[in-house]
Amino acid sequence: MSQKYETVIGLEIHVELKTATKIFCPCPNEFGGEPNTHVCPVCLGLPGVMPVFNKRVLEFAVKAGLALSCEIASYSKFDRKNYYYPDLPKNYQVSQYDLPICKLGSVEINNNGEVKTIGITRIHMEEDAGKLLHGGATITSSNYSRVDLNRTGVPLIEIVSEPDLRSAEEARAYMEKMKAILEYLDVSDVKMEQGSLRCDANISLRLVGAEKLGTKAEIKNMNSFRSLQRAIEYEVERQTEILDEGGRIVQETRSWDEEKGITVSMRSKEEAHDYRYLPEPDLVPIIVDPKWVNELRASLPELPDARKKRFVKELGLSEYDAGIITGSRALADYFDEVMIKYNDPKTVANWVMGELLRLINAGDMEITENKIKPDQFAALLQLQADGTISGKMAKTVFEEMFATGKGPETIVKEKGMVQISDEGALATLIEKVIAANPRSVEDYKAGKEKAIGFLVGQIMKETKGQANPGVVNKLLIEKMK
Amino acid sequence: MLLMKKMAVLKSHGLFDIVLEMRGGASLSLTSLTAHELSELLDKRELSSKELTVAHLERIGSVDDKVKAFTTLTAEHALLQAEEIDKKRVHGEKLSPLAGIPMALKDNMCTRGIRTTCSSKILEDFVPPYDATVTEKLNSAGTVLLGKCNMDEFAMGSSTENSGFFATRNPHDLNAVPGGSSGGSAAAVAAQEAVFALGSDTGGSIRLPASFCGVVGLKPTYGCVSRYGLIAYASSLDQIGPLTRDMTDCALVMSAIAGHDPKDSTSAPMDIPDYSKYLVNNVKGMKIGLPKEYFGAGIDPQVLAYLQQAIGKLEEMGAICEEVSLPHTMYALPAYYIIAPAEASSNLARYDGVQYGLRVEAEDIVSMYCKTRSQGFGDEVKRRIMLGTYALSSGYYDAYYMKALKVRTLVKRDFDHVFENYDCLLTPTSPTVAFNHGEKADDPLTMYLSDICTIPVNLAGIPSLSLPFGQVNGRPVGLQLIGKAFDEGTLLRVGYSLEQSTNLTKPLPALKGGSRA
Repeated sequence: MSQKYETVIGLEIHVELKTATKIFCPCPNEFGGEPNTHVCPVCLGLPGVMPVFNKRVLEFAVKAGLALSCEIASYSKFDRKNYYYPDLPKNYQVSQYDLPICKLGSVEINNNGEVKTIGITRIHMEEDAGKLLHGGATITSSNYSRVDLNRTGVPLIEIVSEPDLRSAEEARAYMEKMKAILEYLDVSDVKMEQGSLRCDANISLRLVGAEKLGTKAEIKNMNSFRSLQRAIEYEVERQTEILDEGGRIVQETRSWDEEKGITVSMRSKEEAHDYRYLPEPDLVPIIVDPKWVNELRASLPELPDARKKRFVKELGLSEYDAGIITGSRALADYFDEVMIKYNDPKTVANWVMGELLRLINAGDMEITENKIKPDQFAALLQLQADGTISGKMAKTVFEEMFATGKGPETIVKEKGMVQISDEGALATLIEKVIAANPRSVEDYKAGKEKAIGFLVGQIMKETKGQANPGVVNKLLIEKMK
Repeated sequence: MLLMKKMAVLKSHGLFDIVLEMRGGASLSLTSLTAHELSELLDKRELSSKELTVAHLERIGSVDDKVKAFTTLTAEHALLQAEEIDKKRVHGEKLSPLAGIPMALKDNMCTRGIRTTCSSKILEDFVPPYDATVTEKLNSAGTVLLGKCNMDEFAMGSSTENSGFFATRNPHDLNAVPGGSSGGSAAAVAAQEAVFALGSDTGGSIRLPASFCGVVGLKPTYGCVSRYGLIAYASSLDQIGPLTRDMTDCALVMSAIAGHDPKDSTSAPMDIPDYSKYLVNNVKGMKIGLPKEYFGAGIDPQVLAYLQQAIGKLEEMGAICEEVSLPHTMYALPAYYIIAPAEASSNLARYDGVQYGLRVEAEDIVSMYCKTRSQGFGDEVKRRIMLGTYALSSGYYDAYYMKALKVRTLVKRDFDHVFENYDCLLTPTSPTVAFNHGEKADDPLTMYLSDICTIPVNLAGIPSLSLPFGQVNGRPVGLQLIGKAFDEGTLLRVGYSLEQSTNLTKPLPALKGGSRA
């Protein structure tokens, strides 16, 4: 179908910051825990309590702002966002309204090779709400709901993008880039499935070439990159259908239903909250010292783009390989550590992207859960390089290492996997194979070089794979001269 | 010493029933003494804290059914605290000047394990699991908590008639209101039920009741005393302060409760001054401004006469008193009635029946919210929540809230301007003495006007003191002194000088008049 409409998407990302304590009280900021155990009078919102701002939250927010090329406000403040909901014990959320800590930034995304700059409107700090555990499916259909306030007061930053994204794929690439940057900054766990990275999407369509933005719908409740992409795709389809039928898009908030694969209306614009923002009188304005900002700027770690460039330029990796490896700080750090002991970027990259990621993805694991220590990884590559084991053996050993965490030498010894490279030991066997396969020998001598592969295979079979294929190859050629 | 002699007589006759002749024929009993007088007796072991506490509990027992100053009495807790302090004293521990002194707290200051109601049905059974910072500070100073004092619900009112439980009476004339919202605290001190009490002041809630009940009341500079554990009415205006029988006690209590608190970000980063050093009987050369806007129409001629007498006295002592102008005064009241309700509408949102306090069960969550809040809050609280909600609503914010903030800046600027040339200001605390019960109860606007002289001070965040100065038909008159930010010292000095040079600052309560309602 030719493009009639242009898709316009802006994302609002909520990021839980991994400070040791909550944003306004000394309670531990930890995921999970027995309900209502990480709470105190302040985060419970008891009468008379007052918030005290955790400066680490400011530090993390400013770091994120710097990494996204934002202006850092020298004067900022908190506001109250008023709405009633049982997971919000004060019935207002302390957030930032008109003077956010960061604004006017940008980030570069790479959507299958197409590079594009996406504007960042603002980043503001706020407190998270608690969780409701409904007796039934929804709050309205339940006889009761229980309230867990462990998450109340967990620090959040909300990163709001400009409506610069044009497709579900771009939105996904943007989210993946955000996740990588925040992981590099070490300010968040960025786990979508645990809710430490959450995202709402504002989606509208307009005729190609039109300047005025169309009426948007806000989509909530997308808990993975995949659901983000699917939800946007669905929503674009839904809006296209309405517009094609001459209908009008209703401005509303819609919720993504993962199971049904559709978005459903939550509330219309008319039903939208009037948040009645007011300056939070229990907190003082935030004055940021530009000197401190410069110190933070200087202390920022190498970010994904810079690291990718370095991997391409200094290590000679391909754009694609460098992009995958630097897409996660944990993976890139791991790569670097293996490289310290085994300085062959291409080989390490192939193994990391091939074997390691294959097993990690199959096990639905995090890089950090991987049992293979970087020096063990390097030792394995060394065993292969010096011919102690074959490449095929190495893959078997690698799987064993991944499963058990044992070192490669141990596994090789346990399995008796040592490669036979001794020419004397192989010579008799080679003569036997040549004698038994005159046809292949003839073919080889007639110029069919491929025939040697069959002979090598026979020898590997005889040695149960332990013969060094390089040595076998060399000896065969010599004998058949 | 005169005091020691008085005590000897008291002791020889049994502690509590004896009255002595002093101060030109007025009567005096153990419960009429000030904290600094009692502290001396406690130090000399002429008296134990337990005896003193029992005396106050008995006094409460005999007069509080008339005055109705307390929402909760903590007699057992008080006796335990008193015994503990007595033990420490016997062991020769170094104690604060307030150690062993029985006092009371307004019922919007959290007390761990002791119900804290804000005189509201919605918090009728609320027992905080933590202490307010002032509670903690007074605990560590060794004071004895007698109970929690009645107030206008959530500190919204000027007469303590808006309590969700019962109205408090003015000890000087039971027909009269005690003022509000800290009416219970002021009445308890005036009726000799507590040596001192703490109140909170958002638009005059310490000073008006101090004026009506004939006691000293100080609203400190915003940020001077921690608000942690003070159940908020309007956070940018609320401030805790003492209600005492004289200036010396005011200074003592301030020294115990003031100072930076890491739990309150809006508390000022300051060292705690020894406020007693400002108790100097000397105003020579001091420049005192008389803002003409406070002396206009509506002021009771007899109140005005006392003010003129005070001005004469200060001039006699060498102060220079001159008329000044605070031109935006008339806009302060309307600005206050936007800002305070706006903050209140947000502060009081948490009383929803979910986690604590009253819950009225209903078929769904929204109905539960509605029923709980409809039944839990009184009319004045609802009125202010609605005012504030409206003022913050989308489309009205700029016209109301933003405008009110601008007025607030202008009011503050007025004060900054006159303080370039004056050390402090003198005004009436209220244009009239205490009004009768029910007189303004049905007319919120007239009631709001009771705070016309006190509200500008809260908008500006500066300190202000109300000092008794004479009586009209048995109802006390209050002078208001207004000072520069963090210059409570000047107010203490001027107040102390007036106190030392006249006999008008310590009116004794009649506990008569009218019938109990």
